Amino acid sequence: MSSAAAPGDVLDPTSVTTAGTQIEGRTPWQLFWRRFRQDKFAIAGCVFIVLMTLLAISAPWIADNLLHRGPNNLFIYDSLDEYGLPIGPTFEKMELEGELQHGFWFGADQAGRDLFIRVIYGARTSLFVALVATGIATIIGVTIGMIAGFYRGKIDTFLMRLTDVVLSLPILLLALGLSAACGLQKEGCLGGLIRPGLLLVSYIIGLFSWPYIARIIRGQVFSLREKEFVEAARAQGASNLRIMTREILPNVIAPIIVYTTLIIPINVIFEAALSFLGVGVPATTPSWGRMLSEASAIFEAAWWMMFFPGFFLFMTTLAFNLAGDGLRDALDPKTAK
Amino acid sequence: MGRYLIRRTLFLILVLWIVSVLTFLIFVKLPAGDPARRAAGTRTTEAQVEEARERLGLNDPIWVQYTRFAKGLVPWPGWFLNEQVYYSFKNFVPVKEEIFGRIPVTITLAVGAGATWLLVGIPIGIISAIRRRSLADRAGMLFALFGVSAPVFWLGLLFLYIFWFKFQQMGWPHAPGSGIPTGENLFEAVLAGRFVMPWIVLALSFAALYSRMTRGNLIETMGEDYIRTARAKGLSERRVIFKHGLRAALTPVVTMFGMDLGLLLGGAIITETVFNLPGVGQYTLNAIKTSDFPAVMGVTVFAAFFVVVANLVVDVMYAALDPRVRYS
Repeated sequence: MSSAAAPGDVLDPTSVTTAGTQIEGRTPWQLFWRRFRQDKFAIAGCVFIVLMTLLAISAPWIADNLLHRGPNNLFIYDSLDEYGLPIGPTFEKMELEGELQHGFWFGADQAGRDLFIRVIYGARTSLFVALVATGIATIIGVTIGMIAGFYRGKIDTFLMRLTDVVLSLPILLLALGLSAACGLQKEGCLGGLIRPGLLLVSYIIGLFSWPYIARIIRGQVFSLREKEFVEAARAQGASNLRIMTREILPNVIAPIIVYTTLIIPINVIFEAALSFLGVGVPATTPSWGRMLSEASAIFEAAWWMMFFPGFFLFMTTLAFNLAGDGLRDALDPKTAK
Repeated sequence: MGRYLIRRTLFLILVLWIVSVLTFLIFVKLPAGDPARRAAGTRTTEAQVEEARERLGLNDPIWVQYTRFAKGLVPWPGWFLNEQVYYSFKNFVPVKEEIFGRIPVTITLAVGAGATWLLVGIPIGIISAIRRRSLADRAGMLFALFGVSAPVFWLGLLFLYIFWFKFQQMGWPHAPGSGIPTGENLFEAVLAGRFVMPWIVLALSFAALYSRMTRGNLIETMGEDYIRTARAKGLSERRVIFKHGLRAALTPVVTMFGMDLGLLLGGAIITETVFNLPGVGQYTLNAIKTSDFPAVMGVTVFAAFFVVVANLVVDVMYAALDPRVRYS
């Protein structure tokens, strides 16, 4: 409903009384912030997301300057034992190719690579794919939801049927098929137009995750288009496009932010699942899903290979879920607990 | 009701048709290279490639090719998954045989997990809703939050490591490892407890979602006027909640359950992969990875069929459960 507190909306009565004797007006942003900062879990989620992003951005710097090795450097003589099994996590300095270096904090993987570096590089993959995919999903979803809700009638029926169809598709299967078709061979597909890589995976995930947003936005626009300010804009001679982008869109920003944040963790897991099943990002790109799939062969002997990538994956989705729930509660008081 | 059913069935057929076109394009036309060679495999003679080309009709115009595939998807004796087209050149087994041989494993997995998540998710949701902000509510919602955030493939590996490997190492009673040994039939495998961990792991994230949904719906329902009326006429709180509140609150949950179960019956790809269960999902994944597209086509449309039928069943059940719903 009116989650976006349109300009001129009545202020939340509780916030007026807590302001004491002097009643002061608060902007919607202030109201949001007052509610949001009470939610310790959501704040913790945001802090974790920021830290994770920083870690992801600085991964190459950490690899080059601190640890002096990259995510694909193999140390088969130093980090695999006499049976060919990877060494476990260690903070002690160790000798690598004749030089004394930092130890493998998260242990080594089956090929003798530093799991810590691979995990922080995996964060880059995971966040990149999830953000691009969610961005694509949001653009498609908002456009379709806006047009369906604004024009109603036949256009609405057609677009919502389309949404229903996409929702009834076996999404994981088709996504697996698309990534296998375009991602497993070097030539790519469509005559080389689409090539394997991070973007391909992002497009595929984005292509399947918009219906949820479209439905929400359509519902919002449905009621907003009847509001007086839309009528006023129309009376001033504003075009449909202008009404949609300048009048209605700012009022659905709140649900867009909330549902975008809640779709990110789903897409993080989606990417990891595709990579776990062996058709996600290319083999040379470190990805948590692929690391888990490699770990599944020898997890009895090397628990760290299974634990760390999964733990980071879990914490990242948890953080986005916490932040998303907090945003929803703070931006839309109607759904508050 | 009759007209509604007809309309829904037409929609179902439309969805299946779209899925079949999409799968045909994605698996047969999209990848680079010769489809006949992909179907037959790389280590085959020219004659075998030609045989595959002939059987799959890959020399014909594109719509003839598609019709050939589509015909095998019509549930009609002699057409459905016919061996002319739906035949795997990878292991030389008809797709129909593979699917029907594997579906019992998938059904066992999906139904067991479904029962588990209903039995866990709904009670947690109810308790959380009627004791709002209590310790039980907080614990329940924390469980839900962790459940929706934990990826199935990680949980599966963790469970295997702890309850199978570590427990075994400690000499404690432990869960059986992954997979079903050859020679053991499905019934024996269930008795040996080989499905317990897959059920729990697969059910966990669903249980989390369902407990959230039940809680949210029940809280909303309990604020309705008819609940106030029921209380006002002196019904016990237990009766108000279970007789009046839950009925409305659980209807969307039932809808969701039908759709989720339909989705899983088409193959729980990830869980079957982690626990190495020989179900439809595992077959699908192998078929996709080896670009065995006759198999993939058959399996994908088979999976889509479960989803749309589940959708239909759920919508019809909706009317029975919720007296406010009337179809026109």
